[in-house]
Amino acid sequence: MSVAYAYDHAPSPCGSLRLRLGMAEAMLRRSGALWLEAERALVVADLHLEKGSSYAARGQMLPPYDTRETLKRLAAEIDALNPATVILLGDTFHDRSSEERLPADDAERLRDLARGRTLVWVVGNHDADGPRALPGQTADELSLLGLTLRHEPQAGFQPGEVAGHLHPAARVRATRGSVRRRCFITDGERIILPAFGAYAGGLNVMDKAFAGLFARGPIIGALGSSRVHAVGWRSLAGD
Amino acid sequence: MADSAVPAADLLPSRFADWFTSRGWSPRAHQLAMVEKAQAGRDALLIAPTGGGKTLAGFLPSLIALSERPPSNTPRNLHTLYISPLKALAVDVERNLGAPIAQMGLGVVAESRTGDTGISRRQRQRVKPPDILLTTPEQLALLCAWEGARLYFEGLECVILDEIHTLHSSKRGDLLALDLARIATFAPNLRRVGLSATVDDPEVIKAWMANHREGGGNASIDLVRGPAGAAPIVDMLLSEGRVPWSGHTAQHAMQEVYDVITKAKTALVFVNTRFQAEFAFQELWRLNEDALPIALHHGSLAAEQRRKVEAAMARGELRAVVCTSTLDLGIDWGDVDLVIQLASPKGASRMVQRIGRANHRLDEPSRALFVPANRFEMLECQAAREAIAENKLDGDPPRVGALDVLAQHVMGCACSEPFDLLKLYDEITTAGPYRELIWEDFEQVVDFVSTGGYALKSYDRFRRIVKGQDGLWRVRNPETAQRHRLNVGAIVSPAMLAVRISSRRGMPGRKIGEIEEGMVEMLEPGETFVFAGQVWRLVGVTNLDVLVQAAPGADPKMPSWGGSKFALSTYLAKRVRQLMYDQSHWQVLPSDVREWLEAQRDRSLIPEEEELLLETFARGHRQFLVCYPFEGRLAHTTLAMLLTRRLERMGAGPLGFVCNDYALAVWAISPLDGVNFGELFAEDMLGDDLEAWLAESFMMKRAFKGAAIISGLIERRFPGQQQKSGRQVTFSTDLIYDVLRRHQPDHLLLRCAREDAASGLIDVARLGQMLARIKGKIRHAPLEHLSPFSVPILLEIGKERSPGHTGETMILKEAEADLIAEALQ
Repeated sequence: MSVAYAYDHAPSPCGSLRLRLGMAEAMLRRSGALWLEAERALVVADLHLEKGSSYAARGQMLPPYDTRETLKRLAAEIDALNPATVILLGDTFHDRSSEERLPADDAERLRDLARGRTLVWVVGNHDADGPRALPGQTADELSLLGLTLRHEPQAGFQPGEVAGHLHPAARVRATRGSVRRRCFITDGERIILPAFGAYAGGLNVMDKAFAGLFARGPIIGALGSSRVHAVGWRSLAGD
Repeated sequence: MADSAVPAADLLPSRFADWFTSRGWSPRAHQLAMVEKAQAGRDALLIAPTGGGKTLAGFLPSLIALSERPPSNTPRNLHTLYISPLKALAVDVERNLGAPIAQMGLGVVAESRTGDTGISRRQRQRVKPPDILLTTPEQLALLCAWEGARLYFEGLECVILDEIHTLHSSKRGDLLALDLARIATFAPNLRRVGLSATVDDPEVIKAWMANHREGGGNASIDLVRGPAGAAPIVDMLLSEGRVPWSGHTAQHAMQEVYDVITKAKTALVFVNTRFQAEFAFQELWRLNEDALPIALHHGSLAAEQRRKVEAAMARGELRAVVCTSTLDLGIDWGDVDLVIQLASPKGASRMVQRIGRANHRLDEPSRALFVPANRFEMLECQAAREAIAENKLDGDPPRVGALDVLAQHVMGCACSEPFDLLKLYDEITTAGPYRELIWEDFEQVVDFVSTGGYALKSYDRFRRIVKGQDGLWRVRNPETAQRHRLNVGAIVSPAMLAVRISSRRGMPGRKIGEIEEGMVEMLEPGETFVFAGQVWRLVGVTNLDVLVQAAPGADPKMPSWGGSKFALSTYLAKRVRQLMYDQSHWQVLPSDVREWLEAQRDRSLIPEEEELLLETFARGHRQFLVCYPFEGRLAHTTLAMLLTRRLERMGAGPLGFVCNDYALAVWAISPLDGVNFGELFAEDMLGDDLEAWLAESFMMKRAFKGAAIISGLIERRFPGQQQKSGRQVTFSTDLIYDVLRRHQPDHLLLRCAREDAASGLIDVARLGQMLARIKGKIRHAPLEHLSPFSVPILLEIGKERSPGHTGETMILKEAEADLIAEALQ
């Protein structure tokens, strides 16, 4: 039996990739979000809100629209799925003063998203304290459907772990050339989500930061323009 | 031989006249003319071919003035500034100036300053300037961005701009023109001296270098022409083997090229791409039974390796160097007696430049040999020969200064001293490329430099430059100024990876050169390829290193290359069309090419000069449409993208396309004869269709990246700078581009990117001219079979990658199919 077959994955009509993760069923959304339908929970990682203004403060005037862009995409997912819980898997803010720099209308957008549902801030290294004035609960990690949701993937065998932090991206190669995309990476036991933030960069899954995290050759779910493409390790390349 | 109207004795001090005599020389007319212009206080542009003592003509007035200075106890100001487009040239001129200065005992200090100059020397040069400083446009921009720039340049008397023809129509030229305006403000008596090779229209260069203040402009510059020099002798290699249908390597002619090299003293073998250079080098060494010293020189080789080749060349130790445009310019090598151009020359001016590298003596003709690699190139080489013989050159159109470069300059001005908005505007509009700059654009640029120029204005608190209570603008803090100085320059190179020899344990070792990212993507680990003249096996890619192991004797895989990165010049393209359509002219062509043209005439047709030939035919399961605009690969690629969009809308279902410099082919499942071709090629395709395609295209993203770096929006990545591992902290400009396009489509940088893409990457202007030219003149030939002309372009199918949105989706789908196939094994 080949490796790929064991993953038990299938495309869905909305462009998502359906996947069994431990005992839970998960949908890898084209947006880079993870949808756990049994709990109606939407998981997004590494929003890095106000990354643009963080660079501007240091003299690099990146466009300030990244927060708005990221929240717009999050709002689109919430509209489509109507989740009961939205889980922000850490590094939601780019730095500790991001929340203060958040423009009033963006803060209002974030409050709107939280209305009528539970918002959970799993904290990460960039935003270790959680939100100050914005709604939601703060947690270091979270258990759901037998899965452990935390920001930073832990070393070694971690069945059921759902994490972010590494911003996985893959260079997918075919005869015609190659293309670099943000991606999910999973071995069916654990999964690392791509960064959801508009300006969050990507780290190639061939990087040594990913080494030792997966028990067997993982597959990746590359975010394409119309759907998530399941791609095997053999089709990947370094940067 | 005093061939001047003014006697040399009246112009040259005796010390100089004696020196000429002692060398057995007499001053040339144009050298004396330059002295005369200087004495009259006039700006001057000297146009002369290489070998005419052009550089000395430029410096002679300064040397005379410096030799006549009264002695002084106080430190002196910089007297003359010399700007060269090449570091190596600045260093070489320093050496060449040394001889007359020493021999005449002038006591003048001339020093170069480049990126390679040691830090202590550079610091000393700031505190105690030499009399003559020889440097590059980038170093000048840096000097202008230092505090104290005004003081440094205030006594400057003369600026000499060398090899202007290579600079003026580029972003580097924009930046240099701005800095020229800047130092002219500091030094009101500054005299401008331009040196250029022969150009089509000297007025364009005058407009670039002139001071466009009130009463200035082109009229303020006097033109001095050097002697014409002997006309070059240009031959074409008529290979014994027949000229191939397609390809760009000229492999068929290598033995003959080698034989020619054995008979020459020293030959420069020019090619158009790095991979062609590697290929030719490899082939020549395979044939090199006499073990002639043949070297390789191109931009991907490590700098020290290039320096070694140049040094060996200067010592006269080499018989041939295979090189790319890296040696188009540069220091004089007296021993070169032959220039060989492998594959098509692409433009008459570039060829004249290259041919000028052979034989630096005016009275003897330079010798050159064209080696066409395929049949269309044979036409092109013939057209180029005729153009050169008639001394007809292709002209660079005048350029409008880019706003991203202006943004960098404004920031540089603020780093050096506080500026007044109105005064800076007045100064900038004295620079040639910016003389038409409107106030609104200037304000937008300053706003961009200050806050990023975003509609939200949310960055007011992070301004890079701020307006003080005195009404002057200054840099916010020293860190911001320091950051700017690290990012000065208008050259943006593609991402380069270091090629390193891998140790047994796979650790990176000695660096052998740099390679463009895109080239590596075509290779799989384990595959072999040629680089720096040797065969290597790719071990892997880690971060910014490409790890390789030597694989001598292996049969290397040659990455496919699509010919030249230069487009066929408009002028040469026109001449090729003329040559082709004028059947009485065919007799000058070799027999196999003539037969090919005759076959085309009999089986399809040869159109009139201004017509566009369009053929449709079936081949295999595909229906082809092939046309021959001769406008270069860039314009053709754009045209093909737009044509396929239209065909799609017309319901013709195009499946793919391929382009080269001469033709483009589109194919579909059902026949394309029924299409209304007049409508298909209507000029309005450059409207909405172009905009819609452009916004999504990778070329816009590439142009945006360049503009973002030059304007200071993002910082350069320096080679050797460590990437943080664990997590990526850099961001892709593609992401920024997408966000900006959605939220502020009228942003300054998007405008810059649009203009760059339209002019440089997709050649919209040229496409527009072509569409206007062929309106109502499309000659459709419905054929039973493919035509002789169509063979080269059809041979390119499968060699080409299809970039862009659709291409990327296809790649992902193909990789996915592989996974499924793996699952079903």
